[in-house]
Amino acid sequence: MANLNVNIGNLSLKNPVLTASGTFGYGEEFADFIDLNRLGGFIVKGTTLEPRQGNDYPRMVETPSGMLNAVGLQNKGVEYFISEIYPRLLQYDSEIIVNISGSSIDDYRKVAEMLAPLDRIRAIEVNISCPNVKSGGMAFGTTTEGAASVTKAVREAFPKTLIVKLSPNVTSIADIARAVEAEGADSVSLINTLMGMAIDVERQRPYLSTITGGLSGAAVRPVAVRMVWQVSKAVKIPVIGLGGIMNGRDAIEFMLAGARAIEVGTANFINPAVTVEIVDYMNDYCERHGVKDINEIVGMI
Amino acid sequence: MEKYNKRMGDFRITENAAIAENYSLLKLIPVEGLLSDSAIRPGQFVQVVTPNNATYLRRPISICYIDNDANEMWLLIRKAGDGTRALCDQPNGATINMIYSLGNGFDLSEAGSSPLLIGGGVGVAPLLNLGAELNRQGIKPTFLLGARSAKDVLLAEEFAKYGDVHVSTEDGSAGEKGLVTTNTILNSEFTHIYCCGPMPMMKAIAKIAREKSTPCEVSLENVMACGVGACLCCVEKTTAGNVCVCKEGPVFNIDQLLW
Repeated sequence: MANLNVNIGNLSLKNPVLTASGTFGYGEEFADFIDLNRLGGFIVKGTTLEPRQGNDYPRMVETPSGMLNAVGLQNKGVEYFISEIYPRLLQYDSEIIVNISGSSIDDYRKVAEMLAPLDRIRAIEVNISCPNVKSGGMAFGTTTEGAASVTKAVREAFPKTLIVKLSPNVTSIADIARAVEAEGADSVSLINTLMGMAIDVERQRPYLSTITGGLSGAAVRPVAVRMVWQVSKAVKIPVIGLGGIMNGRDAIEFMLAGARAIEVGTANFINPAVTVEIVDYMNDYCERHGVKDINEIVGMI
Repeated sequence: MEKYNKRMGDFRITENAAIAENYSLLKLIPVEGLLSDSAIRPGQFVQVVTPNNATYLRRPISICYIDNDANEMWLLIRKAGDGTRALCDQPNGATINMIYSLGNGFDLSEAGSSPLLIGGGVGVAPLLNLGAELNRQGIKPTFLLGARSAKDVLLAEEFAKYGDVHVSTEDGSAGEKGLVTTNTILNSEFTHIYCCGPMPMMKAIAKIAREKSTPCEVSLENVMACGVGACLCCVEKTTAGNVCVCKEGPVFNIDQLLW
């Protein structure tokens, strides 16, 4: 068996397989299908300072080899996470990473401060790339100044591993990555969803209540692989790759492009056991290719 | 809830019968295991991988009937899009992958002695299993089935095994002419109403139920991705805020809804 252990900053993952925020609930939703302890970690859904109801229905439409969503960060808030969800997650030994979001820099800072004392939260993923909220979210992620200012504030509030999740809806994602690296981010994860739109031509109206939404699924994968490759050449911190990973082959593709770890998102909706199948594939792949340590293949391209 | 663990597994189609112009009744058995182990409740649904990648996401389908003796699940499917058409075109012996059994079902403890089960179009599907289960509990329900015309009245002979069947057709070719909402059976008193069908029908039935002060449950089919409460796409506004139809529903008491 090859070594699958990878490190993201000070965070040690038993394997590179993580779950993308907003696609895996709090992990528990998938406990009937897989042994959650087999994952490197799970990234729980986008958490904000105050509870949020999210956007109006309809929030989702299937598109060719993918889907558009406009959930809008519906969640019960960070206090609910700390008091109700966190204690239940302690039974798992996989890493628990909290994805945080906010409407202002102060929101981000406060959420990070509240999570910092929790022993088992050894990393947070800062979402500066949600395309589905009116203020904040992607607004911070589309300029180097915005991305840097959020990173700086969260860095001061959270001493453990800090991952910043980047938006693909920018001219140069490498520039944004360099900006957050300069402010002390330990890692960047990419890509969040691509902004998209679909229209019901019979009813002559958009499918989503918000008109536009975030595109995910296999359709975005070549864009995501390209961006992971570009960013991994531009920064020294580890890159976490995601975007349309449907199986083990796709996960390896991201690692060859430069990803130290990967996140599985939309594929969880189609195959709730896909994450552990990817772990198995990685073992098999390493064996077939004579790889003793999966870190050897990271960024081979 | 431990008893109701969700599973993913392959099912083999033992019989695929076109029962009306746009509808097929698929009978399936799990390739491994017993359905009785899943304690499937009336009103729950499955998420099906559509054949030949006809769709990217799974498609949610109501469980129509469970025959535990035959270890058989029935799915009533209307050809509505590429995915459901591909399912209806599957030959006997074909295998399809399902996640089951999902959501909360109907609340049988509230049925009372004389419940009315109202289904419109393909929405009659979950009412068959509900009627059968009510029968097992010694309750004889009344069914009201709505369809466009006589040839679209689905599974009437199956429903008749469990209770009296009343029919409304839009063209009057079977039962009373008109929509279910004008059927004269609604003048009778019932202890509870269970309803599944098109949204305008369910809203109209909910209004009637409120006027008569009859408790009423409806089964929603909001567009969903995951089916397990993770993606938060299929939300319905309720008295408790936005909740997932897949996990907190698909059946809701109308008192929980804002319509």
